[in-house]
Amino acid sequence: MSDVKGYRRPFWDTQPDYLYPHYRSTVKRSPSRPLVVLPQTLSEVTGPLFGYDDIGGKDDDLTRQHEGAPLGERIVVSGRVLDENGRPVPGALIEMWQANAAGRYRHVSDQHDAPLDPNFSGCGRLLTDDAGRYRFMTIKPGSYPWRNHSNAWRPAHLHFALFGLGLAQRLVTQMYFPGDPLLPYDPMYNCIPDDKARQRLISVFDWENTIPEFALAYRFDIVLRGRDSTPMGG
Amino acid sequence: MSLLATSSQTVGPYVAIGFARLNNDNLAPAGVTGERITVTGCIVDGDGEPMADAVVEIWQANAHGRYAHPEAVSETPLEPAFKGFGRIPTDASGRFRFTSIKPGRVPGAGAAMQAPHLNVLIFSRGLLKHLSTRMYFPDDPANTEDPILQRVPAERRQTLIARQGTGRHELEWNVVVQGAGETVFFDL
Ligand SMILES: [Fe+3]
Repeated sequence: MSDVKGYRRPFWDTQPDYLYPHYRSTVKRSPSRPLVVLPQTLSEVTGPLFGYDDIGGKDDDLTRQHEGAPLGERIVVSGRVLDENGRPVPGALIEMWQANAAGRYRHVSDQHDAPLDPNFSGCGRLLTDDAGRYRFMTIKPGSYPWRNHSNAWRPAHLHFALFGLGLAQRLVTQMYFPGDPLLPYDPMYNCIPDDKARQRLISVFDWENTIPEFALAYRFDIVLRGRDSTPMGG
Repeated sequence: MSLLATSSQTVGPYVAIGFARLNNDNLAPAGVTGERITVTGCIVDGDGEPMADAVVEIWQANAHGRYAHPEAVSETPLEPAFKGFGRIPTDASGRFRFTSIKPGRVPGAGAAMQAPHLNVLIFSRGLLKHLSTRMYFPDDPANTEDPILQRVPAERRQTLIARQGTGRHELEWNVVVQGAGETVFFDL
């Protein structure tokens, strides 16, 4: 009775390994022992669910969280959250954070010599609608240097963290911009072995969702693990 | 239709700003029933250095063994004040601390029941995918029959079981991400 329908494991090469020495921080932070394969139980197919109480009114619009407007190029970032079976994931909580237009985070540890923007916090969150759709209004983040290797720069990116319907669907990822010349040099982008999987992290310029004389738009669809149709055995 | 799941990427060094809004180190507000617990611990890397920029997430059942989730259908009661979700950033010494209640037993595969446990996810810079683990309770007789603990090599099981702290309801549970005494992490 209590056997659950599990979530499929990732397709070969579409997910990074823990250890990727080109990204230096993984060297001491990657487990050295193999993971123990856990047959999914109720503990993994359930997970925290969120509601509108967890979201503030301007959380989906990072350009309106302060008195004035942030500097930078306004963009709409929208898309759908689906599972691997192509079904929309409604009510998924998405948390998003990013650097400002100059490439600086509002975080004590960010010492990059670029200005903070008093009108930009760089954090947002929302719930997907019944069709799994989401939409943020924000500004395009700048690239920023980091100390991974000599003259290391991150391509422009948004950080996304998602809660689906169960713990097994939890996902953290990053969204990139088309044509960014820094992508080939970025170990974080390149940690994903499969070329097509990597390219799916690059958003698509989205003419239809541009706002005339106000904002350009990018589309980024996110796929969470899908469920098997039959319960797994013990 | 068959799609492939989006690739994981690290939360990076600035996760704290993205996650702060939902931080919660008290999972059991007033009115929630169950044995109160305080869990403290430290997360260290392969050099034994504290990980000061990590975030711990907890997902757990209530004292009756019921998850606050529509798939957890059982006769045991829900408690509206108990959501079962905690999120705690580590401090400058890599430490975390939260209060909750000891969860009840939840179903495993078949007729088996699992021993009381917290489901734990760990996020940080240097983790290209988050880590999944579990915290079990010291001296709980159900531990010996827990189907998940049984899958873990005996010599590594202790990494998943908290130690009794100084007070009766205080538990200590450290996470070693790499190296000697490495915590068991799961492929969910
Ligand atoms: Fe970043």
